[in-house]
Amino acid sequence: MKLSTKHLLGIKDLNKEDIQLILSTAQQFKEVLQRPVKKVPSLRDVTIVNLFYENSTRTRMSFELAERRLSADVLNFTASSSSAAKGETLLDTVNNILSMKVDMVVMRHSASGAPHFLAQHIPAAIVNAGDGINEHPTQALLDAFSMQERLGKLEGLKVAIIGDIMHSRVALSNMYLLKKMGAEIMVAGPPTLIPKYITEALDVRVEYNVQRALEWCDVANVLRIQLERQNQPLFSSLREYNLAYGIKRKLLDGLKKEIVIMHPGPINRGVELDSDVADGPHSIVLNQVENGVAVRMAVLYLLAGREN
Amino acid sequence: MKTILSEQQLALTVKRLAHQILENNLQLSNTVIIGLQPRGVFLSNRIVAELKKIVGEAAIHYGKLDITFYRDDVRKSLHIANATDIPFSIENKHVVLIDDVLYTGRTIRAALDALLDFGRPSKVSLCVLIDRRFNRELPIQPDYTGKTIDTIVSEKVKVCWKERDEREEVVLL
Repeated sequence: MKLSTKHLLGIKDLNKEDIQLILSTAQQFKEVLQRPVKKVPSLRDVTIVNLFYENSTRTRMSFELAERRLSADVLNFTASSSSAAKGETLLDTVNNILSMKVDMVVMRHSASGAPHFLAQHIPAAIVNAGDGINEHPTQALLDAFSMQERLGKLEGLKVAIIGDIMHSRVALSNMYLLKKMGAEIMVAGPPTLIPKYITEALDVRVEYNVQRALEWCDVANVLRIQLERQNQPLFSSLREYNLAYGIKRKLLDGLKKEIVIMHPGPINRGVELDSDVADGPHSIVLNQVENGVAVRMAVLYLLAGREN
Repeated sequence: MKTILSEQQLALTVKRLAHQILENNLQLSNTVIIGLQPRGVFLSNRIVAELKKIVGEAAIHYGKLDITFYRDDVRKSLHIANATDIPFSIENKHVVLIDDVLYTGRTIRAALDALLDFGRPSKVSLCVLIDRRFNRELPIQPDYTGKTIDTIVSEKVKVCWKERDEREEVVLL
């Protein structure tokens, strides 16, 4: 059994078996991470470059840790401190790196489709670590892993994705993945942050009232408001956003059932998520971060093993 | 196809291996049993069941080890990982590793690497059902052997277990 794709560009290209294979392999890596020696020699002959054209803390550290735990050799590239600042093109930069015998590329870029472009021009396997407003596949995989771990299944699960749906690659990857695994999806937030034709395009429910969304769901995946991607004001103020769409302890206490709160980070505390929710018993935010390493180990392991 | 061990012989061999392990480790104090995933576990389950009959449940520490991530051929062929479950410390313990067939020795090499990441055992022994003695690629020998056989590389030894193959025997293909 192996993955049906050579690269991980997006959840869109995966099938249900691929997703199940990644999640079950991640389960084994999670056990490795509990051992006294949290490292295995699987990828000791593999060199991986982390190509980050956009800022990142969690994802870059998580990937780097995953690579090191697999014994791969790791190169780090950040656009701001490199020749990209001197005007070198993406393809030139990558071809230069590959000529130093690098096997895999983990890439984040602010332009949607950048890793897809690269995949057409270079022989190395590419893992998309977030491209513009398109996809962030490993985040969706770790979200699914965390949901499955907490609630035992994905099929039939009711998941509400709340907040800035329009600019969120996490939302899109999550929707593709949950759909393939048979979960029910609702998106919620202000009308200006929800794409107009989303119901037709992705077959999801839309809700503009956060309380009703919380009443419906088993899991609420709360997204960050991405001010850096908004060219024009899409809501009047952060304070007003918090009042109308922020997740508050009071809202959760008023529900008839226990729901799970997730957030891909970084959290804007007091905007989309109040501190007493982020740090409260409903939140599995830090479990998500923990699981991220195991899931990324699974992705890298399965892609490296696919080369022949 | 040639039968190497029939169902009845296999049952006797498992009993003998259990007794031999016990002979050298009376009461199993300070000894732990670890079966190798996936197929060594069928054998280790049976050996542990035998041991339980003799020394009782409480005395036995039994774990399962998967060596997929320690293989030396990751980029030649992809292997799917199974669960590792070692819910006790192996520090200063005598570890008895159990696998079904010893062939090139590469699996056991990987198992030793994996095992040492869990701690420093005082001693490691190897127990196998079938030893294909002329095909070794590494200097590894078993301490407890069900049956030693002479085979050529093109032959294949298949160990069948009821849970998985609906019959219980060892055959040469």
